[in-house]
Amino acid sequence: MVEHLHVDGEEPCVTLDAFLSQSNATAVRLESDEDARALIPYLDRLKLIEIAFPAFRDGRGYSSARILREAGYTGELRAQGDVLVDQIAYMKRCGFDSFAAEKPLSAADVDAALARWPHHYQGAADAAVPIWKLRHG
Amino acid sequence: MYKYDEYDQAMVEARVAEFSDQVRRRLAGEITEDQFKPLRLMNGLYLQLHAYMLRVAVPYGTLDSRQMRMLAHIARKYDRDYGHFTTRQNIQYNWIKLEDAPAILADLASVEMHAIQTSGNCIRNISSDQFAGAAADEITDPRPWAELLRQWSSFHPEFSYLPRKFKIAVIAAEEDRAAMRLHDIGIQIVEKDGAHGAAFYVGGGMGRTPMIAPLIKDFVPLDDLLSYTEACLRVYNRYGRRDNIYKARIKILVHEIGADEYRRQVEEEFAHVKTLGIDPPRAEFDRIAAQFAPPPLDVSAPDDVDRSDPDFAVWLDQNVAAHKVPGHAIVTISLKPVGGIPGDASSAQIDLMADLAETYSHDELRVTHAQNIVLPHVRKADLHTIWQKLDEAGLATPNLDLISDIIACPGLDYCSLANARSIPVAQKIATRFADLGRQKELGELKLKISGCINACGHHHAGHIGILGVDRKGTENYQLLLGGSGAEDVSLGAITGPGFDEDGIVDAIERVTDKYLSERAEGERFVDTFRRVGMAPFKEAIYG
Repeated sequence: MVEHLHVDGEEPCVTLDAFLSQSNATAVRLESDEDARALIPYLDRLKLIEIAFPAFRDGRGYSSARILREAGYTGELRAQGDVLVDQIAYMKRCGFDSFAAEKPLSAADVDAALARWPHHYQGAADAAVPIWKLRHG
Repeated sequence: MYKYDEYDQAMVEARVAEFSDQVRRRLAGEITEDQFKPLRLMNGLYLQLHAYMLRVAVPYGTLDSRQMRMLAHIARKYDRDYGHFTTRQNIQYNWIKLEDAPAILADLASVEMHAIQTSGNCIRNISSDQFAGAAADEITDPRPWAELLRQWSSFHPEFSYLPRKFKIAVIAAEEDRAAMRLHDIGIQIVEKDGAHGAAFYVGGGMGRTPMIAPLIKDFVPLDDLLSYTEACLRVYNRYGRRDNIYKARIKILVHEIGADEYRRQVEEEFAHVKTLGIDPPRAEFDRIAAQFAPPPLDVSAPDDVDRSDPDFAVWLDQNVAAHKVPGHAIVTISLKPVGGIPGDASSAQIDLMADLAETYSHDELRVTHAQNIVLPHVRKADLHTIWQKLDEAGLATPNLDLISDIIACPGLDYCSLANARSIPVAQKIATRFADLGRQKELGELKLKISGCINACGHHHAGHIGILGVDRKGTENYQLLLGGSGAEDVSLGAITGPGFDEDGIVDAIERVTDKYLSERAEGERFVDTFRRVGMAPFKEAIYG
């Protein structure tokens, strides 16, 4: 169910500063304290945005991901760092479609986590139909 | 009250399955305690000094008798036959085994209850006015708004790893019975041009840096409620401090950038979020609101109460409040017997309160942030019978809002964060002031005790507050005066050097004596304090 697990050998991500200064790179890495909105003018030419999770408790990346998806970004959105299996369902709802966990995840655990929730209460960056909409058609 | 539909039920059952799996992985050693901690915390499971503590959510403090009986069942089967009602209108159990937690959550799910988001750095249980739907002074029942927020905030994918915990309260009356402005977001439902909307106060809180929430938006229409809340949270999630746990609450962000700048950022985010279509249609609010329809109360029920039993009359005057429907009343059951542990109830007492609710209160109960229980819809004609049954169970202490109606955190008797014990201090104060005549002479006096600076016992908001600290290895108690969590919200000020356990009781007695000698006609303790200031009290305490 995970579209991409971490793939080696692709174009390396450049930092946000490097990207903004002159780069023609198509892959950029956003640290947790960097403003995702800085990338909005360039979304068309980006193929990969990697968002850092330096610690699982640092939840800023969830907002960064949603902001990018809400701005129309359709490329790969990768969560990198302290990514735990119990966070993946939330990350997916925020728009992440690939995961580069520092500690390897068990594919079976990931599939179980993603299959856990039959529905969702609120709208987010995924295609899930919120429960209120299911109730009212 | 709100009844789960198939979707709500499926969500709590999925949660039980998820947590059962997480506990299994922890017990099997597949995940570390460090990794398990945020997972168990999002299910209300804390590791305390002696055992696990499980905190069960009571959304906006509302329960029916079936749910209340389940709380008694859990106390009997999995704990030591009692539970502790908390200042967040929840209940917690102090002696839980980790391996029992999944079964407890399954039992809760069978009566439409859960422990979702009762801890962790996420949006916590939404609290509300314990008199909602019954109070004579409310403009509407705030609970449909709270339920809308409960659903929106449950398993919120963006806001489950916030800088710090996040507490929301919703009220709809001028009298604030929920300490609304001491929440991360306090919402007051107000009326404008014939429509109801939400006034948003953001950035309040207690803890080591108490703040009263400033008004951020005076009127958010119902159709924007979730978008606006989402915008408030997104600004916090992105810019709240994460470098220091003690500065991570939203109050610090709002304070550091200022209410105007915070408002500007929220408005900008809201303009964007509003375009996302996350607000449900009015039909969803109406569906929820219909379930909070007032119970069928007989408006011609007799309004007179026979006061000939003097003990009953004392309780009637102290613990019974006006209901919006004639012939009816709101009963507050005190969980503060003299010498008892504030907020504790045995399984037998919980069962009795469930029985009374089922027979006399249209099957409804409420938990109050002051750690008492409310029967919201009682016929006046039944009050004497209810009182007799409560009295037999040790639940008829007539001390609501008096000095012995103490809010106290669990303190060092249970809590791993505490610096000092709270419960024995509460017991000593209640015992010193046990004489009811003396308590009534002192009038409304809200006394609140925290065993550490985290302020779970709301000491900043007490007319008299006590903060337990650790002073060179011994418990020391600081005294605060002049706080309030009500509509006259204020933060207490420290009197001066602290006291030992007996010294604090003596100091309170000197403070109350001073009040009696200084007060003007009709003044409550806090009114006198505000008029005369700290100096005379300081003089009385320290000489």
